[in-house]
Formats: sequence, structure tokens, C-alpha cells
Amino acid sequence: MTTTETDRPADGPDSDTTGDAGHRTGRRVPDDAPDAFEADLLPTPKGASRALLGSLLAPHRGRVAAATAALLLQQAAAQASPLLVAYALDRVVPALRAGGRGPLVVLVTVAVLCAVAAGGLQWAFVRLSARAGQDVLLDLRGRIFRHSQALGLDFHERYTSGRLISRATTDVEALRELLEEGLQELVTVALAALYVTALLFWLDVGLGTAALLSAVPLALLVRSFQHRSQRAYLAKSTATAAVIVRFTETLNGIRPVLAFRRERANDAAFAALNSRHRRLNGDAILEMARYVVGSRAVANAALAAIVLWGAYRVATGGLALGVLAAATLYLRRLYDPLDRMGVFLNAYESAAASLEKIAGLLAQRPTVAEPTAPRALPPAAPDRPGREVAFHGVRFGYRTGGEVLPRFDLALAAGTTVAVVGATGAGKSTLARLLARFHDPTEGRVTLDGVDLRELSGAELRRAVVMVTQEAFLFSGTVADNIALGNPDADRAQIERAARAIGAHDFIVALPEGYDTDVRRRGGRLSAGQRQLVGFARALLADPAVLILDEATSSLDIPGERAVQRAMGAVLRGRTALLIAHRLSTVESADRVLVMSDGRIVEDGAPAALIADGGRYAALHRAWRTSVS
Amino acid sequence: MTTTTRSTARDERTGAVRRSAVRSLLRLWPFVRPVRARLCTAACVAVVASCLSVVVPLVLKWLVDGPVAHRDTGGVWLGGGYLLLLGVAEALLFGLRRWLVARPTAAVEAAMRDALYRHVQRLPVAFHDRWASGQLLSRATTDLQLLRLFLVFPLLFLLVNGVTIAVGGVLLLAQQWSLGLVLLAPVLPLMAMCSVFQAKYGQVARRALDQVGDLTTVVEESVLGIRIIKGFGRHRSQARAFRELARAVRTTELRKARLLAAIWGVNTLLPEVALGAALVLGTVQVADGQLSAGTLVAFLSMALALRWPVDSIGFLLAMSSAAATAADRYFEVLDEPAVEEGGPCRRTNGAAAAERERGGGGLVFEGVEFRYPDAAPDAPPALRGVDLHVRPGETMALVGATGSGKTTLTALVPRLYDPTAGRITLDGRDLATLSREEARALVAVAFEEPTLFSASVAENVLMGAADGPEADHPAVLRRALRVAQAEEFVAALPQAAATGVGEQGMSLSGGQRQRLALARAVVGRPRFLVLDDPLSALDVHTEARVEAALRDVLATTTALVVAHRPSTVLLADRVALLSGGRIAAVGTHHQLLRENAEYAALMSGGPGRGGTGRQEGEGAR
Repeated sequence: MTTTETDRPADGPDSDTTGDAGHRTGRRVPDDAPDAFEADLLPTPKGASRALLGSLLAPHRGRVAAATAALLLQQAAAQASPLLVAYALDRVVPALRAGGRGPLVVLVTVAVLCAVAAGGLQWAFVRLSARAGQDVLLDLRGRIFRHSQALGLDFHERYTSGRLISRATTDVEALRELLEEGLQELVTVALAALYVTALLFWLDVGLGTAALLSAVPLALLVRSFQHRSQRAYLAKSTATAAVIVRFTETLNGIRPVLAFRRERANDAAFAALNSRHRRLNGDAILEMARYVVGSRAVANAALAAIVLWGAYRVATGGLALGVLAAATLYLRRLYDPLDRMGVFLNAYESAAASLEKIAGLLAQRPTVAEPTAPRALPPAAPDRPGREVAFHGVRFGYRTGGEVLPRFDLALAAGTTVAVVGATGAGKSTLARLLARFHDPTEGRVTLDGVDLRELSGAELRRAVVMVTQEAFLFSGTVADNIALGNPDADRAQIERAARAIGAHDFIVALPEGYDTDVRRRGGRLSAGQRQLVGFARALLADPAVLILDEATSSLDIPGERAVQRAMGAVLRGRTALLIAHRLSTVESADRVLVMSDGRIVEDGAPAALIADGGRYAALHRAWRTSVS
Repeated sequence: MTTTTRSTARDERTGAVRRSAVRSLLRLWPFVRPVRARLCTAACVAVVASCLSVVVPLVLKWLVDGPVAHRDTGGVWLGGGYLLLLGVAEALLFGLRRWLVARPTAAVEAAMRDALYRHVQRLPVAFHDRWASGQLLSRATTDLQLLRLFLVFPLLFLLVNGVTIAVGGVLLLAQQWSLGLVLLAPVLPLMAMCSVFQAKYGQVARRALDQVGDLTTVVEESVLGIRIIKGFGRHRSQARAFRELARAVRTTELRKARLLAAIWGVNTLLPEVALGAALVLGTVQVADGQLSAGTLVAFLSMALALRWPVDSIGFLLAMSSAAATAADRYFEVLDEPAVEEGGPCRRTNGAAAAERERGGGGLVFEGVEFRYPDAAPDAPPALRGVDLHVRPGETMALVGATGSGKTTLTALVPRLYDPTAGRITLDGRDLATLSREEARALVAVAFEEPTLFSASVAENVLMGAADGPEADHPAVLRRALRVAQAEEFVAALPQAAATGVGEQGMSLSGGQRQRLALARAVVGRPRFLVLDDPLSALDVHTEARVEAALRDVLATTTALVVAHRPSTVLLADRVALLSGGRIAAVGTHHQLLRENAEYAALMSGGPGRGGTGRQEGEGAR
């Protein structure tokens, strides 16, 4: 159902930017190209996935080498049996018949050693390679997660959680298969090829050359398999993500799904995505089948041809019979691991496709970058609460044009509470987002006590500026955990104090397990209003110098809102606050009101003064008065 | 966030009795049944192919010993021809086996995923309240992948290798029973070890899969809650929580690897020791003249040929064990009883017809009690003894303090939950006699949280359209958008109503989402309308315009509107006050404002009596 759109608004639109939405299309992607997000094909710089794999493996070079060594020795020990048989028959039997026990002791010792080595090294190899593999996966998962968290809202609004889940789970899983099986297969194949080719050359240069020549068509086959299966796996990875996106979305919107009887329509839509996944999955598996047939046929044909040629040479006296006999046996062993090569290539291509997707994600640059040399905020003056906020010649628009906020200057004195009102689309939320540095201004600077926000480290900025939005999402965990998100170091007493201050304490203690109620477990269902209160408590606990409230009270009932307002008197004292509210009841207590219209601040002053002036605010106020009476 | 509380369904999970791996895997049969012929053929092909692999060396031996040794050129050509033929046949059989299972196993995986998706959509809302979506998702992806792999590889090769080992064992015993016994001596201890391993590995594999599910949940929440994480600069603690879980996954995976290493090591060691013992014993016997050297060589080469089948058992069992765990996890969800579809529950249609006569029209609640299925037994029900009559065409506002049960009450009307006692009638028909499908066709809802889907504006709105020939007529959409005062902002979107709204509609503002959700509710001109605080995110002007447009719709619809503010209440003809799970008062807004202190408190913010403790506390200050 999402295929109809190729070009949706690219950047964090909010209520205040829709008027310009038409100008914001195709920011990152040329207009004629299909949308990269829609197709799940973020541009990946050339060689990025290989570089990624390299950087992941580099720290574990030692362990990988040790695992390889263990495997080499293990193979040697495991392959020793034919030699032991030869030794037994040629040396031990005659010695025993002659009454000598020495060679028998040697045989027993070597046999036991080989058995122990084969078993022990197998054990060591599995452990070493698992350790290296798991460390790589841990590293990769962490990188995906950290990077995605660093990316901006604009990214997440388009990428969807389903795709990110797909990257962090199924795509990582593909790499894990490569790491778990790949090394073993690769070493076995390489070892066999090297060993057998060398022996063949030693036996007869002609036969050796012939065997080497047979590698040419095999190599071509491998190459074409690589190309084809790469394509197949890329397509499959995209299809997997599409299935996951659909699945998550249904789960997260289960109530509307049920209420609007979407089950059947969803079944059909999911079945379509799922059968596409099935087809592409089958395609990928069949590529392997095709490779196995091709390589096996080429190998067997080469074997037949070489044996024929050898036999002909034996018949004409050019080759010793024993050499041919040995060579044919070895040739068979040379071609045996071809399937395992296929297994390796398969795992490799699957992992490569996934790595490419991951590399594409990691190549996305955050639109709001961390400073390279962060500055610290000046220490807060004890006599002067809050911090001073200033917008210097700020202009904001999206890259393709379309100004949301024309150039303006604005200073918010430290410790004042400033309310912003205006109709939908006036630019209120954009103003708030600039202050919270969800976006950077196109032009000009936003400063906090004179320091440009862009020069502050993320941690410093978030200590100073906190934004509470109307989306009161709760994370799984307890109510206390959710409040503690505001300040992870807070103890229970501090959490309760914050909840009490905002009027959330009573409903929380009424929950089955009070503050320890799991928000997803029994009785943990909170109403939208209750969730907003939790969000407020979270903000209080964070104790920032600048607090931004963007429609943070929309779902509260009137007593709840009143309680919050009463609390705000105390809470906002000592902070600089920017309030965006549709309900003017919240605005009345502000020191200053800004009225915005079409991205401009059209009125600015104390609430009472603005009412007296009889402008827009006065009109809004009248309308609100009649609505509450 | 702490990680200890992540796994919401963990307690239930570990409580389940662990069935044996075989029984878990046998449950796959209904899904495997359609492809059983293909799988059996593939198994036969695998056996034939492995036989051919044995024949090729024999032909080589014959070629070298016969025609080549005798300088017989014609025979050499013949042998070469045989070799080529066999080689091509072998290649084709190898390919055939893979081709046979490729599409069918992909189909099994897809069928199981489809079944899971269908099922979770039909599970009660209470189930979804309890389960994190990451856990469900990981079942639909990682677990199913494991199951497909099991069908392709371990299932087939445990069979083929088992047969090979059995036949090989018999041949070995037949050739030289004493050496054969020595060689087969480790079989019993190995089997015992494997079964111990199987049980242990199954447990750890289970933990690993559960942890991946938890990890999935964190990733998902980190995106859905990105505004909060960014607003509070908490990506570090979020990343820490993620890292802890990822570390836990790693620890479990390493434990798996340790188990696998042990079984694999022993699986290599014991047969090697037995082989060495047989070699030493055989050598002594050869020296004593009890055995010919040729027999010993033949015996040992056969034993060597059995090595891969024996060695592979360790990881084949590990894969099977993981697959059994995945099957358990999958069926855990599939075994959850779905809500019935189609037929009415509890009462028969005949009884319903009789009741239609008796009950009045409109939306009637009679003695409705509701207790959440997972609520503690001693907790009071969320709703008790609710009696309320919304007359046909009437709009009833539902007002109550936070937590008084308003949203719960509204969830009963579209049968998202069913009352635990009492009944609800829609135009005289007992809701319980209607199928959920019918009930939801009659009732449209705008939820407190306006969740949209990542589809176009039009698709999101028309979701609520009645099924019918004119359901997706542009005029239908236009009317709905007009009622919700969304025409203007939708027209300003890059592709107007065809514009996508992003995940959960997050690329729109709260007010815009709310208006689209409202449009979705009214687009189908439903008989009954349930609106949960539908105007909370709108500014005063927009709210006034939506109210004006909504009035026309409400004039002809029986509606229940949850309201927090006087402006919303004024949409209604009458108001019901919900207090502590009961209807405390019904009347007009002005009536209640005058007569009911709690209502007055809720509507004006002044001190009131009753209600929740919070108001009392605040009021006393």
C-alpha cells in the first residue's frame, strides 16, 4: 500500500511546516529517482560494506588467526589416519612379527595423540571462532543502534522501526552465519586445494597443470554465482524488511486494526509481501542449487577428461600407472569441497547483501551533527535562574527552498516563561525544535547564554534544554523507570517528589504495584493523560535550565491541567521556559506571549498587555473564554 | 531503562512445560504436509546421490586396474564415458535435491508466517497488552528461518546419515565383528551424551531466542520513542540498555558455543579413539596372522567413510534442538486462543430477536461490569454496574476523572473487550449476539491516540469506509476530510491525499493525526460513533470549526464522546459522569454543572468532592 508514494515530505514536518510541505519534496533524492527510503535502498558508498567487515574483524585479528591455526592443525590430525594405516602395515606388522614392540608403542601413542588433538582442537576452534564471531556481532549491533540513535527525527520518520529492526536482527544474523560457517568452510576448501594441487604437480607436471586449468571454468562459475546470488540476496533482504515493517505496524496499531476491521485487508496485503519474500527467498536458494549443479558437472567432466588423457598417456607409455592411480584419487579429493565452497559463498553473499544494507544505514549522516570541539556552557549564576536564549538572525527552511521561518531575532531572558500561540502551521513547533536542536537553523545562530547550540556537546545540551512533546510514549519497564528516564541517577525519593509535584503520585500509587508497576503488565495501562503526566514528571526530574513544553498538556483533563499549572508555578521558577499551548489557560500565567502567524512573530508582550491591545491574542483569548464557559 | 523488566512474557514462558524436541518438531507436520512428497523425494535423492558418490571411486579403481593396466584404449574410452555419465548424473542429483526443497521449504516458512500474522490479528487486545511486539516479530523472522533451515538440512541429513551409519555399522560387524564392536563401542556413550546435550542446548537456545526478542523490542521502542530519547538526550542510556541486552545475547551465544564445542569435540574424539583402537587391535591381529592386511585396509577405509556422518551429528542435533525451541516459541503464540470470528457468542440469534422487542433503541449499557483479564483477583473491577442509555441519534458525553474508566468503557462498544457481566445493546440487539465483525461494522471509533499507518492519507481515512461500491469515491473522502477540517492541510501536502504519512503517521503533527483519525471514524457514516477525546490536540480556532462540522454528523448518529473540556461536552445532548467505574450522574452540561460538585470540579478545575484522591489532595491545599 505504500507503493503509491514515491516522494513524501522528507524532513520532520510538524504542525507548523505543512504550509511549505510542497517545497520540501525530494531533499535527499533527485526528483526523478525512486525514493531511496521507500525502496529500502539507501546509497552505499562503493566498498563500504567491505570496509565495514574489515573494521569489524580488525580488532579480533589475533583470535581469528588462532582459530585458523587450530582448524589447520585439527585438519592435519584428522587427516592422519591413512598415514597411520600405512605405518601400521609397513612398520608395525613386520616389527611385531619380528618380536619388536617399539613401533606398536609409537602407533598407539600417535593414534591417541591424533585423536586427542582432533577432538581438542575441534573444541578449541568452535570456542575461539564463536568468541570472535560474537564479539563482531556485538560490535556491529552496537554500531547500528548507536548510529540510528544519533540520526535525526527526519531520518526515523522515513526509515521506520521495522527496517531498523530488520537491520539489527535478520541482517546481523546473516553475518553471524558467515562468521560461524564461513571460516571453517573457507579454510577446509583452501587447504584441500593447496595440498592436492601441490601433490598433483609433484606427481606429474602435466596432470597438475590440467587440474589447475580446470580451475578457470570453475572460477568463472563462482564469479557468476556471486553476481547472481548477490542480487538475489539484496532483493531478499529488502523483502524481509518489508515483511517486518508490515508486521510491526499491525502490532503497534492493533486497536485501530481491529476497530476498523482491517484484518482481512491486512491478511491480503501481508500475504502479498510474504509471498514476494517467499519467491525471492526461493530464488536465492535456487541460485545455490544452480551453482552446485554447474560446479559439480564441470568438476566431474574435468575429472573424466584428465583421467582419459592420463590413461592415454599410460597406454602410450608416457605416464606410470601408479601415478595415474594416485592422481585420480587425489583429483576426486580436489573437487570434493566444491560444495562447501558453495556454502561459504552462499553465506558470504547473504552476509554481503546484509552488510551493504547496514553500511547504507551507517553512511547516513545525522542532519544535526555533534561538534568536533564542544564548548562548555558558562557556570550557572546562583543569583540568576535559568539561561538566556537568543535567536540571532535565524532563518529556517528546507534545503529545496520554502521558508518556514523567515529571518528573525528573538531573545528570551533567563528565568522567564514565554508562551507561543498561533494557529496550526504558524511555526510554533519549528521554533521549539530549533531551540531543542532537533534541527539546525538554515541561517543564523541559536545561543544559550551566548554559546551557539551547535558548539555544545549532546550531553551538555540535553542537561540544559529538555523538550516535552505531546506524544507520551512509554518504554517497557516500570512507571518509575519511565520517570527516571529524565535523570537515570535519580533515586526513588527524587522520582516520587517529581511525580508528586506534577500531581501524578496519587494515580501511580493506586496502580497494582505502585511505582514498580510494569507499564505493559497487569493494570499498567495508562490513559493518554496519565502518560502525559509521567512525561511531565520525567521533565521535572531532568531539572533543565531551559524547559520546552510542546502541547504537553493536550490530553489532560481540566483538574489535571490545573494541577500541572499550579505545579508549574513552582516548577518553572528558576528556569527559562517556552510553552506551546492551544489552551490559553496554560498561557495566562506566562511572563510573555509570542503570537506567531505564517512563521513570523506578529505580537509580543505580557498577556495582559496584549489583551489590552486588542490584537490577535486578544481575539484568541475571547474565543477561548467563550469556549470554556 | 533497566533491562530486568524488559521481558514481559518471560514468566509465562518459562512456566510452560518443556516438551521433548521431537514432539515440538512434530507439530510442524500440518505445515510440512503439503510438501511432504517433495521432501521425501529429496531424501531419496540424497541417498541415491551418496550411493553414486561411492560408485565413482569404484569406477576409477576399475578403470585403473582394468583397461589402463591392460593398455586397452577402447576400454579407456568406455571408462571415461562412464565416468562422465556418472559425474553428470551426480551433479544433477545434487542439484535436484536442492531444487526439490528450495521452493517448498520457502513456502513452508511463508505459510507459517502468514498463519502467525493472521493469528495475532485475531488475538484479543489483552494479549497484545501483554506481549511486546518485538517478541512476536522475532518469532515471525528468526524462529521461522531456523525452522526452514531445519527442514532443508538437519531433518534430511539426520535421516540420511542415520541410515548410512546403521548400514555402515552392520557392514563393519559383518566384515570383522570383533573390530566392528571396538569401533562401535562409543555409540552408546555418544548417544547418552547427545541426549544430555540436546536438553541443555535446547534451554540455552530458548534463552538466546527470547533475548533476541527482547533486543528487537528495545530497537523498536528506540524508534517509536525517539522524540523522548532525543528530547532528554537519553540516547546514551538507551544505548547502554541495548548494549546490556546485546551482551546478554552474546553471553548466551557463547554458552551455546561452549556446549557445541564440547559435544563436537567429544564427537570427534571418541570415534577417533575407537578408530585408533581398531587400528592397533587389527594390526596386532594381522601380525598374528588372524587377519589379512587387505581386510584391515578395507575395514578401515569403510570406517573412515563413516566419519563425516558421525562427526556431523553434533551440529545436526544442535540445529534440530534450536529448531525445536523455535517451534515451541512459535506455537506458544499460535496456541493462544483467538477470539471467535463470525458467529455470535454466548446467546443465540433467536433470543436476540426476542430481545430486540424488549430493549430500546440506541446504545444501552445494562449492569455492565468489566475486569481486565490479567487484573489481580482482589483488585476492584475497572467498571461495575454501569447503566447508561444513549438514545438513538443522541450524543452522550462521557466525563470522568483520569483513570475513572472512560477509555475502558469506550473499548467495550466495538468489542475490543467484552464485559465480564451485564450487557450492551445496539439498537436493541445484544452486542454479545453480534459477531465482532458486525459490531465493528456498526461502530466507528476515534481513539485517544490517533494511530495512523504508513500509507497515504486517503488510505488511512478510507480504512473506516463502509464496504460498498461507493466506499472509495472521492466525494466520500472529501466529506470526511471536511468534517475533520483536514481538507486544507491535506491539500497542502506534496501529493495531497496521496501523500504518505510515515510510520504511525509520525510525519504529521498531533493535531493533524487527530483530525485524520476523526475523518477515519466518520467516513463510513456509522450508526454508532465512539470518540475518545477527539479534539484534544487542536487549537481553539480549529477546534471550533471541527465542532461546527461535527455537529451535523452527530445530529444523525448515536454517539458516545469522551470529553475533558466544556467545549467538547457542548457537542453532546447529555453528559454522563463516570466516577470510580460507575455512572455517577447523567444530565445536561448545565444541570450537572449546577448539581454535581465532582462534575463542576472536572469542568472548571475548582475543588470538588469525590473523584480521585488527587483532586482531594489538590483541593485541600
